[in-house]
Amino acid sequence: MTTVLDRTAAPATPSTLPAPLLRERGQREVFCGLTSIIWLHRKLQDAFFLIVGSRTCAHLMQSAAGVMIFAEPRFATAIIEDRDLAGMADLHDELDRIVARVVARRPEIRMIVLVGSCPSEVIKLDLSKAAERLQARGQHDGVRFLTYTGSGIETTFTEGEDRFLASLVAALPAQEQNAKPRLLVAGCLADVVEDQFRRIFTALGIEQVDFLPMRESTVMPSIGPSTTVLLAQPYLTETARLLQSRGCQLLHPLFPLGEEGTTAWLQAAADAFGVDPGRFEAITRPGRDRARIAMTRARSELEGKTLFLFPDSQLEPALARVLSREAGMVPIEVGTPFLNRQHLSAELDLLPTDVTLSEGQDVDRQLDRLRDAAPDLTVCGMGLANPLEAEGFATKWSIELVFTPIQGYDQAGDLAELFIRPLRRRALLQTGRA
Amino acid sequence: MQLAMWTYEGPPHVGAMRIATAMRGLHYVLHAPQGDTYADLLFTMIERDAKRPPVTYTTFQARDLGADTAAIFKTACADAEARFKPDAMIVGASCTAELLQDDPGGLAAALGLSIPVVALELPSYQKKENWGAAETFYRLVRSFAAGPTPEGRNPASCNILGPTALGFRHRDDVEEICQLLVSIGVTVNVVAPLGASAHDLTRLPQAAFNVVLYPEIAATSASFLKERHGQPFTKTVPIGSGACRDFVAEVAQLAGLDVEAALAKIQSRAPWYAASIDSNYLTGKRVFIFGDATHAIAAARIARDELGFTVCGLGSYTREFARDVRAAAKTYGLEALITDDHLEVEDAIIAAQPELVLGTQMERHVAKRLKVPCAVISSPVHVQDFPARYSPQMGPEGANVIFDSWVHPLMMGLEEHLLGMFRDDFEFHDGANPSHLAPASQKTSEPEAPQIVPPGAPAWAQDAESELKKIPFFVRGKARRNTERFATDHGLSTITIETLYDAKAHYSR
Ligand code: SF4
Ligand code: SF4
Repeated sequence: MTTVLDRTAAPATPSTLPAPLLRERGQREVFCGLTSIIWLHRKLQDAFFLIVGSRTCAHLMQSAAGVMIFAEPRFATAIIEDRDLAGMADLHDELDRIVARVVARRPEIRMIVLVGSCPSEVIKLDLSKAAERLQARGQHDGVRFLTYTGSGIETTFTEGEDRFLASLVAALPAQEQNAKPRLLVAGCLADVVEDQFRRIFTALGIEQVDFLPMRESTVMPSIGPSTTVLLAQPYLTETARLLQSRGCQLLHPLFPLGEEGTTAWLQAAADAFGVDPGRFEAITRPGRDRARIAMTRARSELEGKTLFLFPDSQLEPALARVLSREAGMVPIEVGTPFLNRQHLSAELDLLPTDVTLSEGQDVDRQLDRLRDAAPDLTVCGMGLANPLEAEGFATKWSIELVFTPIQGYDQAGDLAELFIRPLRRRALLQTGRA
Repeated sequence: MQLAMWTYEGPPHVGAMRIATAMRGLHYVLHAPQGDTYADLLFTMIERDAKRPPVTYTTFQARDLGADTAAIFKTACADAEARFKPDAMIVGASCTAELLQDDPGGLAAALGLSIPVVALELPSYQKKENWGAAETFYRLVRSFAAGPTPEGRNPASCNILGPTALGFRHRDDVEEICQLLVSIGVTVNVVAPLGASAHDLTRLPQAAFNVVLYPEIAATSASFLKERHGQPFTKTVPIGSGACRDFVAEVAQLAGLDVEAALAKIQSRAPWYAASIDSNYLTGKRVFIFGDATHAIAAARIARDELGFTVCGLGSYTREFARDVRAAAKTYGLEALITDDHLEVEDAIIAAQPELVLGTQMERHVAKRLKVPCAVISSPVHVQDFPARYSPQMGPEGANVIFDSWVHPLMMGLEEHLLGMFRDDFEFHDGANPSHLAPASQKTSEPEAPQIVPPGAPAWAQDAESELKKIPFFVRGKARRNTERFATDHGLSTITIETLYDAKAHYSR
């Protein structure tokens, strides 16, 4: 399929790409946005995600989450059937019936999120109307209804979170005039990381901090022109756009991965809130030192090792930046399903110039390039990992990078450890695999 | 619409993938959005396949919808043929592409590829994974095994039909049954779909009869081959010692071999293990069984006839074979549970109060929550269902494997007695677990063994509860149940020591 070597096109932002951008439009081997429900539902503890989709969507969720979730999950699929399509059943009535069943089973739920899928979009089932109607009828008091799409024709993997957060933003109240400046951190972070950042912000004197998504759906921060936004994740294109349209100020620092990224990220907030440089230095110094020590240790195992990243989460450019600058790895190809040049401008500036940056995918060609490059470590999706291992390549599941807390100073070592382990394991095994 | 948290079966195109992945030299071009590529991980992670499934997904996007998704499909077909050079191709649509009505079969035909292309129509909003696998296999058999019926077939030759990729122990079952067939003097002509090429399918008519290992997958194809090529097929699925004997007798008859001589070849330890003294404690254990039709029906027979259990529940998610499951359930005095709603299965398990659950990974989770021992007997599969060691479910060795894997979750008989006898010993108290459960014994606050309290059950008075604890706990569950049933039957809301002994007297009459 078509490959465009984009050497000339001038980017909209001042950032220049480190290398030619390879745009691919072939077969993609990635999850759809529904998958982000797996971490979103753990974060929002009183929310229920109801996918309106097909048996495929339900099967995807169960295969990606593993049947290993022990608690009853707070997500489910309303599976569209033949009679729904044939018009024998009214889809809205059916949805009402299913929502009632969910509420009856989980009375503690405070938010029900109707999640669109490819089938619901292709048949043009209007879920926002459904959500509005469910809300307006007031049958489920105290339950807020939201909707977004996680469909594979619209969203890739982490973009599901982006669309969800965008729908949350649309529901956030406007702040009062002359409201005090507030900081809003957007993007799912593990609770432990969120708590660390909150402590640091407090110590810096930034007291008014909200996190999006919040842990409880009933706590809705208000937003407006006195809100400054820090993105904790690089994949929030829609969310950021919507926040800006509500008057919020968006910062574009590095993402908080590794010592350098975390410092730059905190620094951006500190500058926006006029924090005294001496204070910033004093508060961040211990964390920076800890992260640097952890990274120095990691460097001894990762230095000079080549790295190939398949496109999955949009975290890839930021990961390549940390691993090359702080651990001495050598990225060969950095794939991303979508390259948001504006959000990533600071990241792209720091990437080595000889790296291949690819956007989109043509998986078979990419596998050809991988075999040619024969990297020491490959980050890829779960469908590709074992076949590559069988070919002799060390791999790391990309999904682990969104499940594992890797942001902030005290997780820099954990981040590196994720990449060290497959290499160390290869060195250990003396089994002469078949 | 159907509400599903977990599902027993994937969509029908995943069934088609199980056929494509099982076979050699076959490529599947699937018109589907990017997210549907998750299905690859079923094979590469759960089954630990060293190769990617032979599937090309078109991964069309929203922006393509207005434009030309059909063109994307055609490009994908042509590219797949050029890159993978398969012997044959199957083409079809997943749920989303089905709505687009691009007609993959027609598009592929228009390309004029140099290889045979088989078009699949798998209605995603109506059918499920096993049906999709059966239909795909049938379409392939129809396309490739439609030639003339050969003359002079060896009467003692058969095909083995049904094993697929991602099947519950299919890989090992095939090996076991091949060995068994060869040992009684039957030649195996073709095994399909697992390991077969399109060319192998053309050789199917050369066998005298067919062995159907998994009716869910192979029944349609076997019926077709019977009609077209006069090949009878086996009805018995050789899971369990009894079924194994029936199977060998059936095969010997079809092959024109001496039945007694064939039966003499079966060597299995399971019957002796079940007869040995240590197995006494298995008598009357209540088991709840749920799975695909074939495995559930087979499990019930083993449970009652070969282990002396009491079958207290039997069901299946395989609607296509509901009639067989219902008929089987009747012989155990039960009403079969036919559902694909796992919440309904959970309710049935609670109501049946089993001491052992034989089910799928789904029931394993339910059993874990209820603290009832459990063994997995059927798909849907999990990485644990592909053990490194050889562990078939079928044939003589399968019977052994089943004995071990069902009995192991229950406590060994002697061990149970000892624990009962030394119950008050300071190290042998109720909270202590057997040593093989050592890590779990740290948390002694867990409630005692299986204890499922249905709503509205009579309450236990303090003293009755402590009296109950004095009863050795390998019979305590039964005592508890009997007493509660007695109390309910007699309209008592509280169980006292009196009630306990009244019930004991009542049931020992
Ligand atoms: S890609 Fe579309 S149809 Fe497939 S699982 Fe995702 S939302 Fe469902
Ligand atoms: S491990 Fe210990 S408790 Fe378990 S069977 Fe063996 S002897 Fe008995």
